[in-house]
Amino acid sequence: MERHFDEQLQALRSHLMKMSAMAEVMIADAVRSVVEHDKDAISPVYEREELVNTMQMEIDESCMKLIALNQPAAADLRFILGIIKTNSELERLADEAVNIVKKADHLLTVEQLKPFELIPETSNIARSMVRDSLRSFVNRNTSLAREVLQRDDQLDALKTKIVNLLKECMAEDSKTVSRALDLMYISRCLERIGDHATNIAENAIFVVEGVDVRHHADEKRAAKSV
Amino acid sequence: MSTVIRVENLDLFYGDFHALKKVPMEVLARHITALIGPSGCGKSTLLRTLNRMNDLVPGVKITGSILFDGKEIYGPGIDVCTLRKRIGMVFQRPNPFPLSVFDNVAFGLRVDGRSSRRQIEDIVEQSLKRAWLWEPLKDRLNDSALSLPLDQQQRLCIARLLAVEPEVILMDEPCSALDPISTSKIEELMLELKKDYTIVIVTHNMQQAARISDYSGYMLLGEMIEFDATDKIFTNPREGRTQDYISGRYG
Repeated sequence: MERHFDEQLQALRSHLMKMSAMAEVMIADAVRSVVEHDKDAISPVYEREELVNTMQMEIDESCMKLIALNQPAAADLRFILGIIKTNSELERLADEAVNIVKKADHLLTVEQLKPFELIPETSNIARSMVRDSLRSFVNRNTSLAREVLQRDDQLDALKTKIVNLLKECMAEDSKTVSRALDLMYISRCLERIGDHATNIAENAIFVVEGVDVRHHADEKRAAKSV
Repeated sequence: MSTVIRVENLDLFYGDFHALKKVPMEVLARHITALIGPSGCGKSTLLRTLNRMNDLVPGVKITGSILFDGKEIYGPGIDVCTLRKRIGMVFQRPNPFPLSVFDNVAFGLRVDGRSSRRQIEDIVEQSLKRAWLWEPLKDRLNDSALSLPLDQQQRLCIARLLAVEPEVILMDEPCSALDPISTSKIEELMLELKKDYTIVIVTHNMQQAARISDYSGYMLLGEMIEFDATDKIFTNPREGRTQDYISGRYG
């Protein structure tokens, strides 16, 4: 029997999908502003942030009402908890996009340091993680979610590499410090974007399988049971 | 959103007992309004005033105002039979007549005496369909209604009401005799019916009120403590007493 409650859950899911699409576009614009030196990509990021913030509050309110009024259990409960958590990840993703464009303004006016060459690749990985984590959540695709988790290591490694190279630049020439710090900040933002995507992918696995894979909890459980 | 029933300053006495105290309530068309509160708070009494079921109680005294469709239902010139046809009631225990499924649903139409046999057949089919009983019962129309499982009996009582085309359906604990699966069927049916009908339900089951109603009134000792949108009542009630009841600290 199709429940009236299912319609409400479906509406919630659609709302989250709209917000995901918005956050994805923001990150794409933010990355483009830096990588392609596209000044026009900056202002839409600020405009969309307002929308995302509003959506975050609306989704939280819907979730609270759905819980208070329907006493969800099992898969329904996990779904709503997953939405609440993903909702806040999306809002933070949007914040990271804003953080990037804040630095983009300055970066666009100066000559790039060599480690900048690694930024496009780093951004591509971060963006793909966001895209796929959201897909995995919306489409309940846990194998895709697990792929996203693996990509996070790659992203972290790239970020560490960028930071180390920038340290060298600064050690060699103190005039590079300001630019290096900006780039470091951006690489840190990209890394965090990966972290948020990772969290969303973990939420996807939790919603579908009911398994908590955060902090390698599943591996620890497996080790205990051996 | 139009108001179908407006209750104002309603006082009701059973002899010396002051059962309803200056109660206000507004029932909106095509919405579900739930009355909740601990036993003896007056919620069923209030429900029963809405189609004058309390008239049958000896020693009852009612003052205040209940406007239905703009008219005072306790005023002069109100035909109680017509009122109860327009505002029907479903009770706690399913109460089908000891007749066949078909005759139960056709009963009101036959009493009314205005429908042809063919019309009655059509209306019975439509009413059973609306109560989601046509599929399970279409080949059992001549079976005794008393042979049906309880949830089907309750939906048959709803079909019996629908046959006489009420505007408002009052439900007094309609699921309290039913198991959770049967309860959820009735709840889904109510959500479907509210597209065309106005429903007022009394329930002991707060979660039921939360799941299905649009507006809720919390009653205590004959008073309407709080009446508001159900999502407001269940997420951020205005009154501490409502909060205590909703969260299970009282009642």
